[in-house]
This record gives sequence, structure tokens and C-alpha cells, in this order.
Amino acid sequence: MCLAIPALIKTINGQQAEVDIEGVTRGVSLQLTPEARVGDYVLLHTGYAISIIDEAEAEETMKLLKELSEAN
Amino acid sequence: MKFVEEYRDPDLAKKLLERIHKNSRKSIRLMEFCGGHTVAIFRHGIRQLLPDTIKMLSGPGCPVCVTASADLDKAIALADMKDVIVASFGDMVRVPGSYSSLQKAKADGADIRIVYSVQDALAIASENPGKQVVFVGIGFETTAPTVAASVLQAQTEEIVNYSILSLHKICPPVMKAILDLGEVNLSGIICPGHVSAIIGSHPYQFIPDHYGIACAVSGFEPLDILLAVDMLVGQIESGQPRVEIAYRRGVKPEGNTQAVKLMESVFEVSDANWRGIGAIPASGLRLRGEYGKYDAEKRFEIEPGPAIEPKGCICGSILRGVSTPLECRLFRRTCTPESPVGPCMVSSEGTCATYYYYQGS
Repeated sequence: MCLAIPALIKTINGQQAEVDIEGVTRGVSLQLTPEARVGDYVLLHTGYAISIIDEAEAEETMKLLKELSEAN
Repeated sequence: MKFVEEYRDPDLAKKLLERIHKNSRKSIRLMEFCGGHTVAIFRHGIRQLLPDTIKMLSGPGCPVCVTASADLDKAIALADMKDVIVASFGDMVRVPGSYSSLQKAKADGADIRIVYSVQDALAIASENPGKQVVFVGIGFETTAPTVAASVLQAQTEEIVNYSILSLHKICPPVMKAILDLGEVNLSGIICPGHVSAIIGSHPYQFIPDHYGIACAVSGFEPLDILLAVDMLVGQIESGQPRVEIAYRRGVKPEGNTQAVKLMESVFEVSDANWRGIGAIPASGLRLRGEYGKYDAEKRFEIEPGPAIEPKGCICGSILRGVSTPLECRLFRRTCTPESPVGPCMVSSEGTCATYYYYQGS
């Protein structure tokens, strides 16, 4: 029910955006993430972008995962 | 898919599991609150890969499953009204209420539309000015802001034949209720990822502070969940429970303040009935007085009659983490995904459906 998937913003028109999800284009609302820009990845939930994916944090988490694995 | 595939790396998962096996000494019980986590944990076989010291329990984090029969009966009663179209997310349609289901009502001629987004419900209202369109508002903090946005949009676009049956619920109060019931002796909680994308991680702070229980907010890929388990093991072994985020790409400690503001502008906190748990104070959302005209309970006189729970169904105790589906006499016999008795078998992320699909008999 709380499923949300990453989607890449391709174009923005007011509060609506077109996003790409694995080659599929969909219209989504940016009412909950008005600061989203073209090129951002957002978490898409029932037609709304609920969060902008933080790419720097994603990199940090991957780094942490690798460090934890190597520390074994 | 970017931000998905890399969190499924089997080599990293193996090493992380080795680390968890090495570090986990105490016998602990962890609850994954969210139904999406339950599915991910079963799909990736994570329960079997964790050490024997870690017992995983599933919690009440499936909005379809926790909708009380009495509330579902209201949706069915609305659907039976003349010139009313009920719009609902798909999972809800098959859940048996006290006397019927939305699916049965549809078969009997009621106009029920399955929608993917609340925006679809709003579009149906625009296209059918001679009818009343009621959206069955289920979902936690992840979904409630989208429904709030639709109410504001209806106001702006002067769509007057649109209303919400608000059955929305919020998560921290039910976590507190589960802990106060004292039926499950938890050491840690895997906090919901996309609820937290909205509310952030601060609302869980009372859990380590008052209950001494560890918390980690997790994403939905195997490495996200293993990282959350690793964090919980670290907190528990060191005796320092706190709230950590294993899903930083999607969750900020402060959450999505814009979405919270929007949700709070349209909804106010109210008491709510949870299936299997009962009334929990301040655990639901109802439309604020100024949006009363969008409140289906105010717009229509709904009298569905007394609610009846399905006989023999133990969804309630499964939702509290007290029982597993394997202890239910109906499971796999009279209750299957094709012919569900209780909501936990209907919803694709219900604990019973998840056991049915992923756990061998």
C-alpha cells in the first residue's frame, strides 16, 4: 500500500511532471515535492512524487554498506 | 532500475549477513511494522538467512488489513446509494465486510471504480457531474497527503460532487498501542520507509526514550533491510537504543515538511478503529471542519448496521504480531487469496497472503 518506486523527472509543467520509469512515461503530481527539478529522481506513490531521492545520501549508504562488509 | 538494483547486490548481502551473524549474541525479537517490508523480507528469504538469535514478527502496517469491518461497511453502504460512484484502491475492493464486499456490491450493480491514484477519482468526479463520487480514503501518512492534495484541487477547480470517506490512519500511535498491550516482547522495530519519507524519523523518538526499544527506518530492498537489522543489532548489543535511518536516500530526519503541512491543513487527528486492536486515541485522520463539505460522513447519512467479524478469522491477533497465519485454522483451507475470509489474505502485502505465497506449507 505504501509502495513507492524511483522515477526520473523528464519534464515539468506547473505542478505536473512527466517521469520515466524503466522506459515507461507517466504523468505525476509534484504537489508534495514542489522543489523537484528535471533530472531529479523522485519516489512515486499513487501518482504523486512523495520525496526527492537524495543521490549524495544514496552514495553515502553504498559506501557505508561496503565499509561494513569489508570490516568483517 | 537505478536506486533499486544496487541494493540487491548478493555479495554485499552475504557479507552483511556474515557481520550480523557475528555481532548478534542476544536473543531478540524485531517487528517489521510495514506490510511492504513483510513482503520484501519473505520474497528475499531474509528470515531464513538471519541467525537463530533474531526472531522477526510482522506488525499492523497494512492499511487495508487494519480497516475495521464497521468502516468498510460504510463504504459498501455508500456504494449501494443511488447516483453514488465509489472510487477505491484495488486491494480494498475484495475485502469482506460484515455482510458484503465492494466487489459483491459491484456485481450487484453498484458503481465502483478501482483507481490507481486519488487523481483518477477526481477525474471521475469531473466527468460525472450528475453523480456523487466518494473516494475511500485508506492509507497511512504516505497516502494521506495525496488525498489532502486532491481535496485542495477539488476546491480550486470547484469540483463539488467529490468527497472522501476518510479511514486514514497514522503510525506512531499504533506502535505505542502495540507496545502498551505488552503482548509481544520486542527489542527493536523496523520503522516504515515511505511513511517516514513523509513524517521523518523524529516521531519514533518516544520508542527508544520511553520503551528502551531500538528503531531503524528501512527501505524495501534486501540491503536496506539488512542494514536496518544490522543497525538494530548494534543498538541492542550496545544497550543504546535510538532511531537510525537505513534509508537515507528516501528519508530525511525531518521528513517531507511540505507534504506534512498539506496533510495537516486538510486533516486533523482523530480517534480511529483498528481491526484486531480496537479504538486507538489520536490514531486516525478526519477532514477538518472547514473541509466538511468534502467529508462523505457529513454529506451522506451512512447507517451500515452493526459490524460482524468473520468467524474463526484471527487477522486481529496476526496484526498485533501475537499469532502467525500458520496458527489460523482457516489458513490455506477455507481462506486463500482466491477466496479470502479476512483482510490479511486479501491485501497483496497482508501477512496471510505473504505467508501463502512465500512460506511453504
